[in-house]
Amino acid sequence: MTEEFEDDIVLSELSDDELVPQMHDDLYDGLKEEIEEGVNILLERGWAPYDILTKALVEGMRIVGIDFRDGILFVPEVLLAANAMKSGMKILKPLLAETGAPRMGKMVIGTVKGDIHDIGKNLVSMMMEGAGFEVVDLGINNPVENYISAIEEENPDILGMSALLTTTMPYMKVVIDRLIELGWRDDYVVLVGGAPLNEEFSKAIGADAYCRDAAVAVETAKDFMARKHNVLAARN
Amino acid sequence: MSAKKLTSAIADKGWVLADGATGTNLFAMGLEAGEAPELWNEIAPDKIEKLSTQCLNAGSELILTNSFGCNSARLKLHNRANDAAKLAQISAEIAVEAAMSMGVEAIIAGSVGPTGELMQPMGDLTHSTAVEIFSEQIEGLKVGGVDLIWIETMSDLAEMKAAAEAAVQFGMDWCGTMSFDSVGRTMMGVSPATLASWVVELDNKPTALGANCGVGAADLVRSVLEISQVQLDIPIIAKANAGIPKFVGGCIHYDGTPELMADYAELVRNAGASIIGGCCGTGPVHLRKMRNRLESMTKNQQPELELITAKLGAFSGSTESEKGRRKTRRRK
Repeated sequence: MTEEFEDDIVLSELSDDELVPQMHDDLYDGLKEEIEEGVNILLERGWAPYDILTKALVEGMRIVGIDFRDGILFVPEVLLAANAMKSGMKILKPLLAETGAPRMGKMVIGTVKGDIHDIGKNLVSMMMEGAGFEVVDLGINNPVENYISAIEEENPDILGMSALLTTTMPYMKVVIDRLIELGWRDDYVVLVGGAPLNEEFSKAIGADAYCRDAAVAVETAKDFMARKHNVLAARN
Repeated sequence: MSAKKLTSAIADKGWVLADGATGTNLFAMGLEAGEAPELWNEIAPDKIEKLSTQCLNAGSELILTNSFGCNSARLKLHNRANDAAKLAQISAEIAVEAAMSMGVEAIIAGSVGPTGELMQPMGDLTHSTAVEIFSEQIEGLKVGGVDLIWIETMSDLAEMKAAAEAAVQFGMDWCGTMSFDSVGRTMMGVSPATLASWVVELDNKPTALGANCGVGAADLVRSVLEISQVQLDIPIIAKANAGIPKFVGGCIHYDGTPELMADYAELVRNAGASIIGGCCGTGPVHLRKMRNRLESMTKNQQPELELITAKLGAFSGSTESEKGRRKTRRRK
């Protein structure tokens, strides 16, 4: 990074109203230590862990997501931001478990068989966690059996699949076809992503949605969870 | 072996027709989703040779070896991490044999794709490990008889640099292309102009540089226009996808017609490319049409963006974003 940074900002001297936007800026700049410091200051000031998560971290990542989607930020910057967010999350995670914060939903995600690409998938995992989802990441090169057993064990709301190669993207259909065979397809939201994919392709293989990037994945997942809650509410 | 064949072919008539896709054409021959195309060098060499023969028959003068993913980082998935050099060598021998048996003077370019791993500081891959990984592959390609090394579909300049360094270590000339798939830039944020300016500064310059894959043909022509704005005395490569992928009847089908690819060939030639071929979805029928068009066209001025979209369809997005990076308090 070649830009000059001003270091004369002392986080502990900022009021809450100044500190939270400063943390959004620091996430944008991918400053891990500053994020950890900010989280600790807010905890000392008596903030609820869930409020720190949503108001400082999730909101900051939402802004990063917008500029990623709009082609202003690219993978290197978003990875730095996501890493900064993760280190803030690490402090909050045990506290969130104690305080019983609400969950957005659960996702099982993995790169399909034959494909080793995980940059985009990792970003989705991190941004989904940042948005309050529980994420079970199966890693790369997953045959259909891995997805099926993870679904059985984890009972997620969402299944995410990633592929970067034209030679591996059709494998997503193999997984979806197996879900159909098992009669499970309608129990899960299936989201797919990866450079060579597009909306029409995702429809043709029977996925619920194509997510162009990690920011879109988070928005799409939130939409589907909201719809699911509405359906459940209507039934009750 | 050197790049002389390539530069003299361009000098002859101003352009060279490269080949089409490898992966998507192998699907048509029965490759299964998730299977490594490179393993076919051993188990189905006749099919790999057939693919080269089809391209040469369609008028390609430069063909790539089936070695895109022949590196230990990718092959370890298939428990063949130690066979990168061997499989790369076979891929080269197959391509050389295809041209020989047809009695044509083709340029054999050894395909080198990305490792799939992130380089430091974003990821774990160090420069020296990357050079080592590419060296195995490039040595195999050299032994197998390629004319030059073809580093393609890259998104990170650091990784391209490592691959280029490996090529130079073995005394091989190299060409390089990147995949500008994120609204006119690579996934890592490299623009075509950045690639071109980066090359200007290199000690061991490539024989040619350009763009491949990415989104549709329209985006790729725009990338070539951008590269052409930088003063380079190096031929520009264009290898566009034949449209975008669709799933039709259980198979991947790229929606770009042979006529569209012929229009693309003409537009990209006028944009400044002199090594012209296709990427995903481009088959022999497309190549034949492209060849006919390149032979019959008269070189014209660079196309306006409006003409590109009129002929090839819309761009994936505008590269002229009004907004830049947000101003943050620490970083003015």
